[in-house]
Amino acid sequence: MTGEPGDFEITLIKKPRYVIESRCTGCGTCVEYCPVKIPDPFNQEISKNKAIHIHFSQAIPLITYIDESCLYLKEKKCRICEAVCEKEAIDFTQRPEKVKVNVGAIILSPGFEPFDPKVRNEYGYGRFANVITSMDFERLLSSTGPYEGEIRRTSDLKHPKRLAWIQCVGSRQVLPGGNSYCSTVCCTYTQKQVILTKDHDPHAECTIFHNDIRSFGKDFERFYERTERLPGIRFIRGYPSILREDPQSKNVTIRYSTPDEGVKEEEFDMVILSIGLNPPSDAKELARKFGIELDSNGFCKTNPSNPIETTRPGIFVSGAFQGPLDIPESVYTASGASSQCGHLLDYRRDKLTAERIYPPEKEVSQEEPKVGVFVCYCGANIGRVVDVPSVVEYASKLPHVVHVDKQLFSCSTDSAKQITEAIKEKGLNRVVVAACTPKTHEPTFRDSLREGGLNQYFFDMANIREHCSWVHSREKEEATEKAKEITRLSVARALQLEPLQEFELTVNKAALVVGGGLAGMTCALSIAHQGHEVHLIEKEKELGGMAKRIHTTLEGVDVQEYLRDLVQKVYQHPLIHIYTDASILEARGYVGNFITKVKADGGVREIKHGATIIATGAAEYKPTEYLYGKDDRIMTNLELEERIAKRDERVIRAESLVMIQCVGSRNEERNYCSRICCSESIKNALTLKEINPKMDIYILFRDIRTYGFKEDYYREAANKDVRFIRYELEDKPQVETVEENGRQILRVTVTDQLLGKRLEIDTDILALAAATISPSGSKEISQLFKATLGPDDFFKEAHVKLRPVDFVEDGVYLCGMAHYPKHIPEAINQAYGAAGRVLTLLSHDTVVASGSVCVIDEKKCMGCGACVEACTYGALELYETKQGEKARINPVLCKGDGLCNTKCPTGAIQLKHYTDDQLNAQIDAVVGEVWD
Amino acid sequence: MAGVSRLQYSNEIRLIRVMCSGRVDLTFVFRAFYNGMDGVFIGGCYLNECKYTTHGNYHALNMVLLGKRIMEHIGLNPERLRIEFMSSSEGARFADIVNDLTQKIRTIGPVGKSEGLDGEELKTKLHEIMRLVPYIKIAKSGKLSSRLQDPGQWDQLFTREEIETLIREVPSYYIDPEKCQACMTCARRCPAEAILSGKNLIHIIEQEKCIKCGTCLEVCPPRFSAVMKIIGEPVPPPIPEEKRAIIRKGKEK
Repeated sequence: MTGEPGDFEITLIKKPRYVIESRCTGCGTCVEYCPVKIPDPFNQEISKNKAIHIHFSQAIPLITYIDESCLYLKEKKCRICEAVCEKEAIDFTQRPEKVKVNVGAIILSPGFEPFDPKVRNEYGYGRFANVITSMDFERLLSSTGPYEGEIRRTSDLKHPKRLAWIQCVGSRQVLPGGNSYCSTVCCTYTQKQVILTKDHDPHAECTIFHNDIRSFGKDFERFYERTERLPGIRFIRGYPSILREDPQSKNVTIRYSTPDEGVKEEEFDMVILSIGLNPPSDAKELARKFGIELDSNGFCKTNPSNPIETTRPGIFVSGAFQGPLDIPESVYTASGASSQCGHLLDYRRDKLTAERIYPPEKEVSQEEPKVGVFVCYCGANIGRVVDVPSVVEYASKLPHVVHVDKQLFSCSTDSAKQITEAIKEKGLNRVVVAACTPKTHEPTFRDSLREGGLNQYFFDMANIREHCSWVHSREKEEATEKAKEITRLSVARALQLEPLQEFELTVNKAALVVGGGLAGMTCALSIAHQGHEVHLIEKEKELGGMAKRIHTTLEGVDVQEYLRDLVQKVYQHPLIHIYTDASILEARGYVGNFITKVKADGGVREIKHGATIIATGAAEYKPTEYLYGKDDRIMTNLELEERIAKRDERVIRAESLVMIQCVGSRNEERNYCSRICCSESIKNALTLKEINPKMDIYILFRDIRTYGFKEDYYREAANKDVRFIRYELEDKPQVETVEENGRQILRVTVTDQLLGKRLEIDTDILALAAATISPSGSKEISQLFKATLGPDDFFKEAHVKLRPVDFVEDGVYLCGMAHYPKHIPEAINQAYGAAGRVLTLLSHDTVVASGSVCVIDEKKCMGCGACVEACTYGALELYETKQGEKARINPVLCKGDGLCNTKCPTGAIQLKHYTDDQLNAQIDAVVGEVWD
Repeated sequence: MAGVSRLQYSNEIRLIRVMCSGRVDLTFVFRAFYNGMDGVFIGGCYLNECKYTTHGNYHALNMVLLGKRIMEHIGLNPERLRIEFMSSSEGARFADIVNDLTQKIRTIGPVGKSEGLDGEELKTKLHEIMRLVPYIKIAKSGKLSSRLQDPGQWDQLFTREEIETLIREVPSYYIDPEKCQACMTCARRCPAEAILSGKNLIHIIEQEKCIKCGTCLEVCPPRFSAVMKIIGEPVPPPIPEEKRAIIRKGKEK
């Protein structure tokens, strides 16, 4: 790599695939004929694959490549694949290719490498057949895995009954070959594996050997609880050791100890090592090539106040190369990186895009239907089972069918062209392709229709592959008959189809950010930097939110300095309009076109904006337990931090200090982990130890959840003699004031689980790690912006893993603690993530809404309101007409599920593309000739 | 995923795609039986896992529960209708369900014949039910929108007696020729365009077209109160064409 931000040149070596990408259709015939079986790398080498194969079933592109184990590549023999490929897609002449790419910015997202337990002999991995890794087990659970989703032992193919998971394999270990940090994700993935195991086999006995259970993510505590409550599940705290393998049964014996029973040995059918996350194996090489630095753990070194930045300008990082991350964090660092690239390259946005021009659309809805049917062989996928010529022959006799053709691969470029040509030459006005699922190629064929000047909705796919040849592969005659019927249903439907218009909505280029904390401001700045106006609404008199009360981070960032700088940038940015002491009176509109009424500075203003970002943050719980508020020596974590920052003598000169964790979290009322308090307590403890090394500090905890690199600070605190004492939910610490020698003594009593006895600690200061809760006003914001709240009153994202900054409601986004408690770097990550999503919307002049939306025939509407009640998207409303109340629709908000259509007693509301007539036509066509 | 995983299942099923199980109308179900289908299966997402926010699968469930009761009422085996919830990744579950369903239905036998209903009789009954779907939707709208979390409650959502009453008390609407003032209000408001109207012509409800929604009764001006709801009795025949003209008293003078 050479160059500088805005102008990098990358030289890539592209390995030969030995398959011509533009020709291969992924039919899989070559795979079938290939004689070379290799251990399948995707299935952790548990099952076999062929030398030519598709990487895995969801690979993109879904086409084959040839592995180095190929006979021809090794010994110049075979070439069977070349002979059987009907598309002539095999090309053994391919050589490594040097490709030069000129780019303005770079995003590094190489992910992570699973920890290899072979580096430590003690686990027996590779020696004992039934000691496997969690990655191996993940493949066993998968329906595309080695045993088609059945959990079997490789040694005897039996279903294991007694399974043990060992946590922290390779993580939280300061040992050669181990990693000192916590891998963040293993506790929860293990719980997922346990739940799935129990789904597979309700009688399976699952044992989890663990250290702290770190279910700190959103909804993870409930998930943990669900796992714990399953029958036949044991969570055992401690480090077990793997002793031996039984030579006959290949069962594995583990030694462990429990406080009640002492040291025990137990035999298991399968032992799963919950392996951690290592940096990518080529991280050093990558760092050298790109001129970036790595951190001490070998992951990408990032800027703590912007974890998406590497040490080199113009190069960004997303995903687990930042450090161990769960899926949602990976996803939002990805859109965050895109936003930062946008910031860098905004000045030349849209310079390289070209608009595709289609021929004008012909008006054909009044014409006699002329249906063209194209039947696909899909190589051998359909052709081997279904008698394609006989389907073609049958289709040609169906009413209104004027053109029928068979195609080897309908989805290939030349076949798509044939369809376009046939539309033009034969004057087709409806097209049916009998091939595979519309999920893969419907867009391809719709495009062929547009190229032919037809409305793209005059198209239907008859799925004779997934619904027929693949699932009836041993019944060729019946499958052929079924394929004919499926095609008939499609033709019947095609005759009923109508041309639909996808409408384009103009997008207002401004954004509204609700909440002026760190997340809100970061997001606002990122959007404004890319040329969009931003309206930033804050309910307090000044910007800053919760961060105003935080002074440092565990990693040592001076939060107040950072905040001052950020506030200044926000105020100075000409495109950001700030409304403090503000309240929102009304919000209406939809994606691209919102109108929000804001009261601020004594006036009311209507703001028009295309996107809305909810960044309303969180609040600190006011404890009602542990005498809080009754004694001024008792304070919350944030109050402690403020007093440390002010160098309050009473705090920093204290001889002893007790911290109690999980105050108001992980209980019945708030069944979630507040995520940040363990690290906050350790941060405060370390700061205090720095100031006053003699102070006795006790942290009473349930599980210490210093995930990721924060684990190192936990270790540091323990090394500096901060005493960690674990307590159980059923046996919480007791706090009392006792009068002794005329002094009011603050006394904390707790059961020490290790020693099994009660400890009395007299303390000068008691700090409570109070829960992080949703702030007051969340419900109102939720109602105003149709942004739903989850069970803990944090805002609910559209998809917990894959869409972590979107709401279901289009055009509304989410970041910061409004989503869930999180550390400052995480909030910044997510704020950039939300900005990235907002810019995806605002950088377009229009948004396209589907044509398959509902339409109302007002004459038929009786105004009963059943549809309005069913539509939770708010797309429908009743309004008064001369003929009484009628429903009307805002098609922009319609998502096309069609529930209203079913609820309507009179058929007045119809979901276009799935109308009563269209579906009835299919129902009638099942039996055959009654239709038409 | 059943397809992608090449799981083999019975070839006696034909699939019709809808975007949400909530789109499946009661009429579709009866239309399939009317066409001679032996079984109807509806596959939906797991309850509470709606990818839309409408939770149409609950509505689909209610529709099926109602459909089963109606089937019982007309003498069809309710096992012919089934709803199952699954996720798109559960190919094996889909294949198992299809196999189980086809097996069960094969045991039950061909629609109508196995239940002692001859073809025409069954068709007449189903036709009648399909005509009543708008009325049923209105009468049971509350229950059809409920969200039953507990499978234990499913069976009691609709009772046999309830369906009997529902069908027994099907109303008919009739315009009293003595009272009708030919104001056209009902005709304009009828969502089914089932009212023959005309200036100064007594309005007549075409019973074949009427969907029994009751709009005419509701909108007929109270000073005329010409629309009558008739339950359990035959509807009087429409007045002959030549007697439809209204002779207004004002004009006589």
